[in-house]
Amino acid sequence: MTGFLKVAWLVLRKDLRVESRSREMLSTTIFFAVSCVLVFSFGFVRGGRVVDGAVAGILWIAISFSGTLALARAFERERYHNVLGGLMLAPVHRPAIYLGKLLGLLLLLGIVEVVVVAMVAFLFQASLFQHFWRLLAILALGTIGFASVGTLFSAMLVRVKNRAVLLPVLLYPVTIPVLIMGVSGTAALLQPEPNLAMVQLWISLLFFFDTVFLTLALWTFEPVMTE
Amino acid sequence: MKRSGCRFDVGLRLMLLTLFVSLVLVQTTFAVQPLETAQDEFVPMDEIPAEEQLPAAPLLVSAYAAVWAIAIGYLWTIGRRLGALEREILDVSRRVADREGS
Amino acid sequence: MNRITFPILVAAALLVFVTAPFVIVWAPYESTMGLVQKIFYFHFPSWMAMFLSIFILGIASVIYLFRRTPRADGVAVSAAELAVVFGLMGLITGPLWGVKAWGVWWQWDARLTMAVILELILVAYLLLRRYGGPGSDRLAAGLGIFGMANVPFLYVSTELWRTVHPRTSVVPTLPIDFGVPLWWSFAGFMVLCLALLFVRSRLEEQRMRLERLYLTLEEE
Repeated sequence: MTGFLKVAWLVLRKDLRVESRSREMLSTTIFFAVSCVLVFSFGFVRGGRVVDGAVAGILWIAISFSGTLALARAFERERYHNVLGGLMLAPVHRPAIYLGKLLGLLLLLGIVEVVVVAMVAFLFQASLFQHFWRLLAILALGTIGFASVGTLFSAMLVRVKNRAVLLPVLLYPVTIPVLIMGVSGTAALLQPEPNLAMVQLWISLLFFFDTVFLTLALWTFEPVMTE
Repeated sequence: MKRSGCRFDVGLRLMLLTLFVSLVLVQTTFAVQPLETAQDEFVPMDEIPAEEQLPAAPLLVSAYAAVWAIAIGYLWTIGRRLGALEREILDVSRRVADREGS
Repeated sequence: MNRITFPILVAAALLVFVTAPFVIVWAPYESTMGLVQKIFYFHFPSWMAMFLSIFILGIASVIYLFRRTPRADGVAVSAAELAVVFGLMGLITGPLWGVKAWGVWWQWDARLTMAVILELILVAYLLLRRYGGPGSDRLAAGLGIFGMANVPFLYVSTELWRTVHPRTSVVPTLPIDFGVPLWWSFAGFMVLCLALLFVRSRLEEQRMRLERLYLTLEEE
């Protein structure tokens, strides 16, 4: 049995190699995220100014929607030639496959978020970089929470006929706490005088959520995927 | 068969036409009403005058009735499904028995 | 066992439900909210029944996912349906109470918001089972576990989310004077929940029996 982390790294490397040849997923996801932010701007900008407190919401909804798109695309690739089935037959720790896919997705979403945050800060004059490390913590932890649930659900649905419509149906309700915590934490940071204790609370809650759900996903990956 | 199909088609079109006409009429009534001015903030009140208070009894009764209706409705759907299943089980077991007998 | 316990459960549930109006009328009026507060006596127990069902769903999902006991799968899907039913009761009685107590139908109250999200998760579970095709029982078991694990996070995050915004609602606390009708209705709902779970699980057992019969038919 190859080492757990080594397997995860191999899966990640495979995904990175495939992606680096076409860069299709990266460019389409970034473009989609940018369009999301623009579309929401038209919804929430009045008289040249964004509606109070909408910035955090726009940011996180753009992340959430583009994340779902990326998840759906990531596992579409696995469907062709039944790659995932082949992977599952390999004599390795199954959860390591999950981890490899998760890391690939986190890398992709990380790049997308850099673009989205820059864009949101620019378009809405949001002072997102004043408390840079805290913002980074909220974004990172929130994305990990979202992606850990999403990777599992996406893998679960890979052979299901209605997976395109079922993924959002399953994913959004379960990741609403992440959305609440992320938006509240970011909004609290954007206040003229941020309540740093409150922000700290949201960060710890996100950390707790991530721990619980990452563990659950690793624990249930194999039984859910095997017949 | 074809004749009843034609009748159904005509009936459907009449229904859609009626729906469309009534929607248009409803729209015009709404257009006449004055626009509401946006409220800036909530203004607290200590005592709402009696004539503006909602009657509580209908709310209570409808809440209780809703609970009953949902519980009984659900029980009824289970009963219906169970009945259909048990009929089908009888049918299939008879077919299995026939198959084994022959 | 079913022949004795099931009728007892049904009788007990009926008894509680029929006598509940009298008990509720006997209870004293609450000072600020008056008559409409009495909705509380079946609003709160329907929540508790929903939580009980979600809990059963989670446990049954774990058992099914790791032991593949068919009975556990039947219990899981029954519990999910029940949770949707009791959640619906709570979501209807809540705004009916709220329109009198708050003046508006919906006020993003933390508990009601959490209930809506949980209801969404449960409906998603039922949609997955219905439209997920073969193998959806395993997938739904995974979703069931995630749904149950989500309950504490939903509770905390919606509570915190609502404290940031100004609250104009009356927050009900559990006074001791109102204990009797509350616990009476509570017992009724718990018993009803278990009775419905029995019936619904039996439906699943019959369905599995039918599938086995079809398999034997096809074998020959």
